[in-house]
Formats: sequence, structure tokens, C-alpha cells
Amino acid sequence: MSTVFERELEDLKGKVLKLGSMVEKAISDSIKSLVERNSKLAADVIDKDPQVNTLEVEIDEECIRLIALRQPRAGDLRLITTAMKITTDLERIGDFAVNISERALELNEEPQLKPYIDIPRMAEIAQGMVRDALDAFVKRDSALARDVLTRDDMVDNLNYQVFNELLFFMIQDPRNVSRAVKLTYISKYLERIADHATNIAEMVVYLVEGKIIRHMAVPEKQ
Amino acid sequence: MVKELKAEVKKLNFYYGRVQALKEINLPIERRKVSALIGPSGCGKTTFLRCFNRMHDLYPHNRYEGEIILHPDNVNIISPQMDPIEVRMQISMVFQKPNPFPKSIYENVAYGLRVRGVSKREVLDEKVEKSLRGAVLWDEVKDRLNHLAFDLSGGQQQRLCIARALATNPRILLFDEPTSALDPTATLKIEELIVELKNEVTIIIVTHNMQQAARVSDYTAFMYLGEIVEYDKTDRIFTAPSNKLTEEYITGRFG
Repeated sequence: MSTVFERELEDLKGKVLKLGSMVEKAISDSIKSLVERNSKLAADVIDKDPQVNTLEVEIDEECIRLIALRQPRAGDLRLITTAMKITTDLERIGDFAVNISERALELNEEPQLKPYIDIPRMAEIAQGMVRDALDAFVKRDSALARDVLTRDDMVDNLNYQVFNELLFFMIQDPRNVSRAVKLTYISKYLERIADHATNIAEMVVYLVEGKIIRHMAVPEKQ
Repeated sequence: MVKELKAEVKKLNFYYGRVQALKEINLPIERRKVSALIGPSGCGKTTFLRCFNRMHDLYPHNRYEGEIILHPDNVNIISPQMDPIEVRMQISMVFQKPNPFPKSIYENVAYGLRVRGVSKREVLDEKVEKSLRGAVLWDEVKDRLNHLAFDLSGGQQQRLCIARALATNPRILLFDEPTSALDPTATLKIEELIVELKNEVTIIIVTHNMQQAARVSDYTAFMYLGEIVEYDKTDRIFTAPSNKLTEEYITGRFG
């Protein structure tokens, strides 16, 4: 028999997961709308963002309520504070998916500048980081969380590569500049999404191990 | 940072007759800090606290083994050569229920000093006022010092007991569930007082109110079945304990 409090914690985890899956879908839809030039999909992502915001506030309020009424300690305390911080990161990731969709809507109005290869790859890695960080959260798996941390560099490198490539397009022909700048934005948004996924993974390490590993140069491998 | 220790418990075993109640306890007690003992009922925390002022000597067949070294004099307070009365002069206890003597407020505080042969009125007056101020009770009782202690409210009586304990300048102040008979307001006053008092005296508190341990103490020892399972800084114990048993107790999963 689980206690009322334990059920409340399970419920909280469920809500964080739900928020996570909404945000993951927003990332993949926003990139799909760009690659497949499907503006309807981009518009959907933008329309659904208020749901993400509502759930974020709901989770925040639930965490505050649990802290006030249950005086959580030790592992419970870490779970609730982690949920609160993760939620902020997830909501921000949702905002970046909206930004990607906005740029996709604009780009879809013009001829495609170039085939999109690295941007979908970045999106795939970033989305995988979000998914695995949340998976690690639910399973309290700090090894998986630490693995997520190692992937941030790949996204950073791709962002740099994409930027250089687009710079070349801009130098070649000034008529490319507007589209190229929008694509560098998208690349930057994806790079930021990976950073927020990194934050989530770092919080999961705190949740499991009670250690704060933020702002450490090299993630400790276990 | 090097910790300055007020006392050091080394390999302490304690027996009620043939029953061993404390097993191989080792614990540092840091000077002018609050150390809390927590654990489920029957874990030995009160038994342990009572070793510090030799309360167990009041009953036959109780037996101590090991050492509780009091610093800086380096004496073992549980050694048979130590006079229990002398130990109690230096290490005072405040109990679960306020237990003032059937005397006036003034005489309650002066009692320990009179026992020590202090009889000069000015000295007593000064000490009584200082102790009552130390226990944040002075302003409430200064105009009725000759009233019976029982006229005070429960919370005031408990603060009077703290003043009585302070009057003899103890080295260590022991609290055994000091607020379990008090309402939330009186409890808050005692907790504030404990945090205040640690500037002057080393404190050990037994409490089954975990939030109270979290609020007032610097160090926490979790006890179970007569042993210390985990001892650490209080914030560590309440955010990320390293022992699974501690975690389960702290989060209310057992105990």
C-alpha cells in the first residue's frame, strides 16, 4: 500500500513526463515542418504552446503545495525540487520549438536555400537528449543522465559547422542572406535546446546522487 | 576547518541489567553547536542522552562501558571515579515536561546556586536575572519573581527550567523532547531560544519531531536499535543522506 504522499509524487512525475512528451513532439514537428515544408505542422506547434505553459504552471503549483504541506525530505525533497527545475527547462525548450516553427513558416514561403542535412541531425540528437534525460529522471538512472551530458558537444560542433556553411552561402550571394540568417537562428535554437536538456540531465544526477555537478568542466563518468 | 570538540563519545556501550541498549557508539560533539539525536521510538536516543549527565546512576544494575570525554579537561564523565553530582552540575538537562520545583520563580532559578553554597543576595539576584534573560523569560516574570512557578503557562515553565539549567553555567545543555508538551507558539519560542543559546553553550537535543531537528540543529545523528546509523551535517542528512535506512526514516517510509 502506497501512502497518499507517494501517490502524489507518482502523479507529479507523470505530469513532468507528460510535459516532456509534449515538448519532444513540438521539437520534432517544428523540424518536420521545415524539412517537409509543411506550414500546417508549424502552425500547430505554435497553437499548442499555451498547453505547455499551462501544464508548466500546474506542475509548479503542485510542487509548491507539496513543499508546504508535506515538508519533503531527502529523496522526496530532491524529487520535488528537480521536478520544479526540469519543468522550467522543458517550458523553455517548448518556446524554442515555437521559434523554430516561426522561422519555418517564413522559410516555407521562399524557395529552399539548400538541402537540410545537418539541421535535422542536430534536431535528432537534441530531441534524443531531452528524451533520455526524462527517461533518466523517471528511472532515477544517473548513468543515462551522464551519457546525455556527453552529447552536448556534438550539437555544439554541428551548430558551428552549420554556421560556417551558411556564412559561405551569404558571402556567395546577398540574396541568400535572409534565408541563411533564419537557418542559423534555427541551428542556434537547437543548440540551446541541447543546453536545456543538459540542465535536465544535471538535475537528474542531483536527484539520484545528491551531488550538484553543474558548471563542472568535464562531466564525471561513472 | 578544524572542528573544536566539546565532547567525544568513544565505543560507548550501555546495559540495562543484561539488556544492551547502546552499542559501540562513537560520536563527536562539536563545541557551541546543536547536535540532534533522531530515530524511531526505542532506538536508544534518550538512553544515550541520559549517559551525558549520568542519569542512569539513579537505578541499580545499569552499566556503562567506553568513554565520554569532556573537553578541554579531558575527563571521562562516565568513569566510576567521576562523581555523578559533579557531572550534573556541568551538564544540565531539560526534560520533556516542564518540571519546576514547588517554589517561587526566583528560587527555582537560584536553587542550583544555593546548592553550591552561593548565598550572597547580590550574586543570586544577578545570576537569576541573567539566566531568566538568557531563557527569554525575564520580561514576562520580572514583576512577579516571588510567585509560584506553577502559575506560569506550560511554555513559560519550560523556559524557567531552561533558566534553571543555565544558572550553573553548564558546559553542555541536554534537551530531551523539550517541546513535545507545548503548543506551536511556545515551541517556536523554545526553538528560537535553542538557536540563540548555542552562542554560549554546547547543546544536544533528542527529538522525534524531525522538522524540529532540521530547524534547530547543526549536526544530526540518526539512531536505530541502539546504534548510530548515520551522523552528518543536518542539511546533508535532510537533503541527501548516504544511508538507505536514514533515507527511509527521514522520508517517513519506516519508523
